[in-house]
Amino acid sequence: FYLTPPQVNSILKANEYSFKVPEFDGKNVSSVLGFDSNQLPANAPIEDRRSAATCLQTRGMLLGVFDGHAGCACAQAVSERLFYYIAVSLLPHETLLEIENAVESGRALLPILQWHKHPNDYFSKEASKLYFNSLRTYWQELIDLNSGETTDVKEALINAFKRLDNDISLEAQVGDPNSFLNYLVLRVAFSGATACVAHVDGVDLHIANTGDSRAMLGVQEEDGSWSAVNLSYDHNAQNEHEVERVKMEHPKSEEKSLVKQDRLLGLLMPFRAFGDVKFKWSIELQKRVVESGPDQLNDNEYTKFIPPNYHTPPYLTAEPEVIHHKLRPQDKFLVLATDGLWETMHRQDVARIVGEYLTGVHHQQPIAVGGYKVTLGQMHGLLTERRARISSVFEDQNAATHLIRHAVGNNEFGTVDHERLSKMLSLPEELARMYRDDITIIVVQFNSHVIGACQSEE
Amino acid sequence: AAGMFLRLLSDVRWRAANPKWRRMTCSRRSTSSTAEPHPVSLPAQAQVVICGGGIMGTSVAYHLSKMGWKDIVLLEQGRLAAGTTRFCAGIVSTARHISVELKMADYSNKLYQQLEQETGVKTGYVKTGSISLAQTQDRLISLKRIASSLNVMGIPCEIITPKQVAQLHPLINIHDLVGAMYVPEDALVSSANVSLALATAASRNGVQIHERTSVSHVSVQKGRVTGVETDRGQIQCQYFVNCAGQWAYELGHSGEESVNIPLHACEHFYLLTHPLKEPLASNLPTIVDPDGRIYIRNWQGGILSGGFEKNPKPLFTEGRNQLEIQNLQEDWDHFEPLLSALLRRMPDLEALQIMQLVNCPESFTPDMRCIMGESPTVRGYFVLAGMNSAGISYGGGAGKYLAEWMVNGYPSENVWPLDLKRFGTLQSSRTFLRHRVMEVMPLMCDLKVPRWDFQTGRQLRTSPLYDRLDAQGARWMEKHGFERVKYFVPPGKDLLDLDQSKTFYKPDWFDIVGSEVKCCKEAVCVIDMSSFTKFEISSTGDQALESLQYLFSNDLDVPVGHVVHTGMLNEKGGYENDCSIARLSKRSFFMISPTDQQVHCWAWLKNRLPDDSNLTMEDVTWKYTALNLIGPRAVDVLSELSYAPITPEHFPSLFCKEMSVGYANGIRVMSITHTGEPGFMLYIPIEYALHVYNEVMNMGQKYGIRNAGYYALRSLRIEKFFAFWGQDLDAFTTPMECGREFQVKLEKGMQFVGQEALLEQKQNGVYRRFTMFILEDHDTDMDLWPWWGEPIFRNGRYVGKTTSSAYSYTLERHVCLGFVQHFDEKTGEELVVTTDFINQGEYEIDIAGQRFQAKAKLYPFSSLFTHRRRKDEVELSGYQRE
Repeated sequence: FYLTPPQVNSILKANEYSFKVPEFDGKNVSSVLGFDSNQLPANAPIEDRRSAATCLQTRGMLLGVFDGHAGCACAQAVSERLFYYIAVSLLPHETLLEIENAVESGRALLPILQWHKHPNDYFSKEASKLYFNSLRTYWQELIDLNSGETTDVKEALINAFKRLDNDISLEAQVGDPNSFLNYLVLRVAFSGATACVAHVDGVDLHIANTGDSRAMLGVQEEDGSWSAVNLSYDHNAQNEHEVERVKMEHPKSEEKSLVKQDRLLGLLMPFRAFGDVKFKWSIELQKRVVESGPDQLNDNEYTKFIPPNYHTPPYLTAEPEVIHHKLRPQDKFLVLATDGLWETMHRQDVARIVGEYLTGVHHQQPIAVGGYKVTLGQMHGLLTERRARISSVFEDQNAATHLIRHAVGNNEFGTVDHERLSKMLSLPEELARMYRDDITIIVVQFNSHVIGACQSEE
Repeated sequence: AAGMFLRLLSDVRWRAANPKWRRMTCSRRSTSSTAEPHPVSLPAQAQVVICGGGIMGTSVAYHLSKMGWKDIVLLEQGRLAAGTTRFCAGIVSTARHISVELKMADYSNKLYQQLEQETGVKTGYVKTGSISLAQTQDRLISLKRIASSLNVMGIPCEIITPKQVAQLHPLINIHDLVGAMYVPEDALVSSANVSLALATAASRNGVQIHERTSVSHVSVQKGRVTGVETDRGQIQCQYFVNCAGQWAYELGHSGEESVNIPLHACEHFYLLTHPLKEPLASNLPTIVDPDGRIYIRNWQGGILSGGFEKNPKPLFTEGRNQLEIQNLQEDWDHFEPLLSALLRRMPDLEALQIMQLVNCPESFTPDMRCIMGESPTVRGYFVLAGMNSAGISYGGGAGKYLAEWMVNGYPSENVWPLDLKRFGTLQSSRTFLRHRVMEVMPLMCDLKVPRWDFQTGRQLRTSPLYDRLDAQGARWMEKHGFERVKYFVPPGKDLLDLDQSKTFYKPDWFDIVGSEVKCCKEAVCVIDMSSFTKFEISSTGDQALESLQYLFSNDLDVPVGHVVHTGMLNEKGGYENDCSIARLSKRSFFMISPTDQQVHCWAWLKNRLPDDSNLTMEDVTWKYTALNLIGPRAVDVLSELSYAPITPEHFPSLFCKEMSVGYANGIRVMSITHTGEPGFMLYIPIEYALHVYNEVMNMGQKYGIRNAGYYALRSLRIEKFFAFWGQDLDAFTTPMECGREFQVKLEKGMQFVGQEALLEQKQNGVYRRFTMFILEDHDTDMDLWPWWGEPIFRNGRYVGKTTSSAYSYTLERHVCLGFVQHFDEKTGEELVVTTDFINQGEYEIDIAGQRFQAKAKLYPFSSLFTHRRRKDEVELSGYQRE
């Protein structure tokens, strides 16, 4: 079984999406030129989600990737809801009041977000009322709390993350009279999702990360070469600080059982996540909810299963780690991607591949024969391989697609090998997850001119 | 590096072989190693200063000194033969498409062969032969056409099978070949050493050579060269020769008076390898694989292989100061397609070790032909440059022709295709050149099919009607930068893509042009012919008439309102230009010439008209749009639009009147059509062009008017045996040789240029005769079409070549025009060609090796002119232009 290049392309491009920030008067005032995003499923259905939106009542743009586990329900809910929580957290008091008054008097609501969605990125219609009510409760509390201070982005991000996770938990505990919704909120709470979200406003870039997705900045050095700067820390067993944090939060007696086989309680890879109430609720609460819940939940072995050595919950938090970065003209792009990408590619390669793709320039070292003994055949092999590397760039109109092509199809030379790509993409559903994970990528391209101008103003 | 090695080698030999040069420039260097060599001061004056010590400069010096000119100084900014010449691959190949190029290459080959004996300088000359491979049938046709040309020139050449290729060269993979052309006498040389040998011989003949001397600019006074400024002082001179290679453009623009030399450099790469285990024989044939875009020659037991890639890298666009030649980088990634082609052609070379990839810039010209001749603006300023990477093949011949040009006033061959004056200022934009050479360089290997048009540098000069015509389906070609319509694609009809329509057979526009021709014959067509060169010459007194009477062979002292077809002849009676002149008033004349005459004709007249402020000449080309109304109903359209009687009584043939057309007044209407068909040329001040065109099209509707293009015009003129200057006529053709004696008034009462030569010809007869051939057993649908340059055979013997051809929709036959000569069967001596000689022969035309029977005629078919009286016919024939 063999896929032709057009077949490969149709698979790779099925979910690609691009957005260009519109230019006004021929001048682009946003520090973001636009973004490319794409995802390639390994699970069926895919458990990754992505979101992108422009804040309409404040400045800035939000982009995020969400990696679900134990199903896609939590990732789906977070991808729909998180940006609203962030946007609301950033709104000034007057705007919140205005919105609340509009809702109160049944007037049209100010739009808060402008979404940039691929047709496959869906929102749940059934839950929208429920989600809206939770959100409204949140902004009403914010109005009551009115601190009078201007909103700090970092704080807003942290609050939004925590609040949404809290709402997910509460909704599951309260339940819903509608049986479909009731089951939905439970599935959301019992599944989990990591989130890596970027907020870009002028030269201010904030990354809020919960879990093991990753944000990476592509920087072009003076000599034209590309380097990668991490803008997030993975929350997993490889991160010493994270292991340390978890251990600090629980009694010494649990030290041995907290992290086993590089997993939280021997079960969970990410050390921070939305949902996953099995790692957050007390045993009693879990049992009560499951027993009173619908039959489907009761029949599910996973939900009924209590993690071993479960003594002092919660073991898991959705609180993000936020990194603030001032964009510089040499910061050309940002890659947000779920761990499916980072497992297969080193960030330095990601920076180079995207950088070369975006600039259309290929900083391959020119070949010089010099004093070496090279035969025509060797040279020919080397040159065809280099050419293949370049030509693969021009197949893609989307940087994220281009990156996926490399992630899946790269051979030992760092070149896309069509045969390998074809094999990887034609794996049957049940095998695919063994060879690769879901991959979701957003590549945000920055406008160096605008950034340079902002910088000089400051 | 190999380049360095070549250079050292050549220096050593050069000094050893030339003690005089050593004495001149090396004496101080030998006594003091630190002293920079400027030992011999420059002379204060010389007859000729040549700038450039490459193959071109040394060849010009060599030939000038051989022809007896001794007072010559050759200046080289660096070292002799150290530029492109040093890097040149050294292949001398005679397989050329254009006859004059072929002759230059043939002469070069013969010159280089005996050069070592003549000078004692080792030139590395080896007669290896060359094999041009064909991977496709079309390529083989192209090679067969060249083979036909070579054979009739007496250059051995044969078309061989792939198997024979394998026998001639052990390494070639022949599986994808359909055939090849073998030229056994092609050769290899060390081009640097050839150049040094030429310099040695020139030096012995008295030419002074100064290295490390840069020309900063050329001084000009009153339109003549007076001297050169160098970094080592001034030299007064009468003649300057710009052989500066890729720097020729810049040098041309360095002075106050610009000389436009349109050329642009591109990087060119070739590979050198170490020797094979069993070193290649030095007489192994050179391989040219145009479909793979590469050439391969043996080199010191290994190979040298380069090519002409599809995506060339132009350089030095902004001038020389960016990069020195020596610093150019190897670019292996760029060379990859050529390396692939090499390994496909010679798979056994895989294990061969690389020595070096050489980056050697070459200069290219806008039409792939070299640039030669005298500047149209500065007298005494000669140019020889832009060799399109064939410098070593052309070097000897080109140097010889230029030397002849300087010494005798004109070369011994027609070099118009190479003449600097075919270009004007319009081709000197750097952007234009950069874009155009990127198209020209790959063209070195592309198939040369009939009716090929350049795609870059287009839409530069256009008629005001361009958009209107384009919207109606016009397909365009370009002449001298001017867009001209080939034909109109009717709505709803699709033609093949550009690439697919390249054919040696019947083209896809055949029926379209056929219907345009039919409309010209039966109703009326309009052709935009605005590209014509138009001059106005007037004076306060009789100066204009007197001067023109001297410069033109026909009698221009005609009543006002008459149009005269006349040649502008040189001393030998040859056509420098062929034009029609309308007498607008007693003292002013309106002159119409072919499009590409704009620079040449202007320079010719400027140099010969008396310096008299009362006599003015103006180029009014841009002021008029020209519409040609062709067909029997043209008279109806025009009379309805002008309310003026246009019947033959009021408006006889060859008349010119200013009249109104529609609302527009002052339209110059001439009763000529350049085709022999009835109709009118309208010269319209450009602001009225759209109005007049609209009026003509509206009024013409009821007469069945339609647009037509130059292809229809071409078919019409060729079936009527009308010669065209630049294609059929040239500076070596006299009116007597092409049946145009009636356009020469030998007894017009005053002397004119060329008169003596013509009188002599009239007395002694002509040695070549313009003849029309109708192909007899040629199948238009199935057989290869004639183009031009096909050999003509009479009774099985070669007698000449065709100059143009077209399908005649009236005769339903192909018509070829060409010149017939009469060579003595034993001695080969040229004999007088008589009417009987033409009429009493059996003729064949050779199209790519296949001969077709042809009927020769000295007069056009009278049946095509049934509606005309005999007298008109004579007046009409022999005038046409494209």
